Amino acid sequence: MSDPSSPLSVHDLTVAYQRQPVLWNIDYEAPAARLVAIVGPNGAGKSTLIKALLDLIPRATGEVQFFSQTYQQSRQRVAYVPQRTTVDWDFPVTAHDVVTMGLYGRLGWFRPVTRAAKRESLEALERVGLADFAKRQISQLSGGQQQRVFLARALVQQADLYLMDEPFAGVDAATERTIVGLLQGLRGEGKTALVVHHDLQTVNEYFDDVLLLNMRVIAAGPVATVFNAENLKRTYGGKLALLDQVGHQMVLAGRPQ
Amino acid sequence: MDPFLFLESLTLAETEWARVLLLRDYNTRIVLCGTMILGVASGVVGALMLLRKRALVADVASHAALPGIGAAYLIMEAIRPDSGRWLPGLLLGATVSASCGLLFAQGMRHIRRIKEDAALAITLSLFFGMGVVLLTWIQSLPTGHAAGLNEFIFGKAAALLASDITGIAIAAVIAVSVVALLRKEFCLLCFDAEYAHAGGWPVTGLDLLLTALVIVITVVGMQSVGLLLVVALMVLPPTAARFWTDRFDPLVWFSGGFGGAAAALGVLLSALVPKFAAGAVIVLSGTFLFALSFLFGSQRGLWWRYRAMSAAQRQIAIDDLLRACYEILEPQLGSIEELTEKPLTQAALLETHRWSPKRLRPLLHRAELADLLRRDSQGNWRLTADGRRAAIQAVRYHRLCELYLIHYADVPLLGADRTADAFEHSLRPEILEQLEAMLEAQSPRFSVPANPHAATETVARTPRPEAVS
Repeated sequence: MSDPSSPLSVHDLTVAYQRQPVLWNIDYEAPAARLVAIVGPNGAGKSTLIKALLDLIPRATGEVQFFSQTYQQSRQRVAYVPQRTTVDWDFPVTAHDVVTMGLYGRLGWFRPVTRAAKRESLEALERVGLADFAKRQISQLSGGQQQRVFLARALVQQADLYLMDEPFAGVDAATERTIVGLLQGLRGEGKTALVVHHDLQTVNEYFDDVLLLNMRVIAAGPVATVFNAENLKRTYGGKLALLDQVGHQMVLAGRPQ
Repeated sequence: MDPFLFLESLTLAETEWARVLLLRDYNTRIVLCGTMILGVASGVVGALMLLRKRALVADVASHAALPGIGAAYLIMEAIRPDSGRWLPGLLLGATVSASCGLLFAQGMRHIRRIKEDAALAITLSLFFGMGVVLLTWIQSLPTGHAAGLNEFIFGKAAALLASDITGIAIAAVIAVSVVALLRKEFCLLCFDAEYAHAGGWPVTGLDLLLTALVIVITVVGMQSVGLLLVVALMVLPPTAARFWTDRFDPLVWFSGGFGGAAAALGVLLSALVPKFAAGAVIVLSGTFLFALSFLFGSQRGLWWRYRAMSAAQRQIAIDDLLRACYEILEPQLGSIEELTEKPLTQAALLETHRWSPKRLRPLLHRAELADLLRRDSQGNWRLTADGRRAAIQAVRYHRLCELYLIHYADVPLLGADRTADAFEHSLRPEILEQLEAMLEAQSPRFSVPANPHAATETVARTPRPEAVS
């Protein structure tokens, strides 16, 4: 079966929104201590994949294991960086508060935030170069800085696997450099990151592995062998009209899963 | 004079005002106490509700409670005549029916074509309609007229009894303690529910708990301010508090404070003018506190923003004036120290920046007061040492922005001046530092970059660039 050292192994995962399948039969084994780009066109189900892995949306079928355990058992070892646009940045918290949220899981129910936790989150802010912005309300940060705050919130968790949803979307050059540096640092510590990535130009430069996705896995493996013109063509070559239509038909016919 | 003695003397004179304000009146004391506790609790719970973006839920809950009150009355009358006004029973009915309403709205959202707002609106009107039908029917019953169930619609704050207060106080203390205990969890839920879910927090459970708190506050609040207005008591305080703080914990407690203050203010006002319904006056007091916060709140109050904006505008005008001074003198300068030695005529200034004499005069006056410019014996203007420093800085920022626009943003030379004008004043220090680092190579003269328009001086200077093309 699956390699026990693998940070993530996905077997036959199918996900449906409103009964319309958006991901079909995903089989994937993530390598340890590698930076993996998840690449695919809009609507290919990249964010959906990450959310389904984290039990944020129900799976129709399939098995997901983190470090050979279920997600519930390995929660502390997996850190999630959602898309920046999913929250209201006018919310009354500071950058420091947001990063500290990464420690709530470890603190547990009812406990107030300890001084040690605050120190730890400040250190994480320092790692993303935002120590001076700790006390700023989050709407007073630039888009790139907000993204770095989210990253710091994941870092503070000291996980072994990082799932990031488009951390490079709409960020400035300084933030992009910071993120790349951090990713390389994480890999150096033997950690793994799966990153939804849009910019095909930089896949070669930033990542070791790539997972080409378009409603199903097109190809997965080291960038050098997998990231080639033919596979890209298969990934981006037109919408998968047939799969799309079949899914839609299933909804119209009201067929149960 | 001792203020307490002063008030005491007023009481001796038996003034109505002092009687109310000193809480001589047992009834006022009871009502004040009860509504204040309620106000604090609804402010605290309302803050969470608002941050979770569920303000409408409270409105639906309160309206959906009405049929429950009617049904509870009928059931209790049927079991034992004349027991229909038993308050705990009525409140239980209200709670059950409010919960049903919210479940109904939740269920409707699973029907694909009904959006959340539509589902809430449908539930609200459906349940309220049922409630009104029930209540009018009860009115027509022989015992029904005296039941006074209408009080739940408009509230009866002024007629609260000591026994009512106990119930309110218990509910309020429970609600506030739950929030105090779980504020970290609620903060996470309100800010980023998806992340909370991924972190293993029971998001649905927390949401249910929050909804339960909202229902409890709604139901106990209905007695005093009425179901039509109880939502205001939950929405106004946190909205007002948001103008005073940018942090979660203070927001929650400020909101509680505002809720309590609005209740106290409303009760006292309505005790002074007994013709006004207390519930409505409480809500209007809340609105008053909200308006005060909106105007003067320390965080983003309109007044402070206006002040900051006009201060910024004055600063911009002064910067422009000093920059004009520098640019007039620039061609004659041998070294930067000479800036203070050369005279400036009013005519030259008028010509450079196309100010009207009417605008220029007060500007010069302000610069003189700020000790940036001084008049010499011939009546010409001269920069002071402070003025020189400020002028150099203003010119420096302007030129940095211009150079950036020309070299990095490909803005045409003639447009750069105007565009830089538009944004140079609103730059944060860290951006200016970046600009300086980027443009270091442009080798500044006197630590001020050279005028990029120097080559096209005649075209660029007179008339203004936009008039050329």
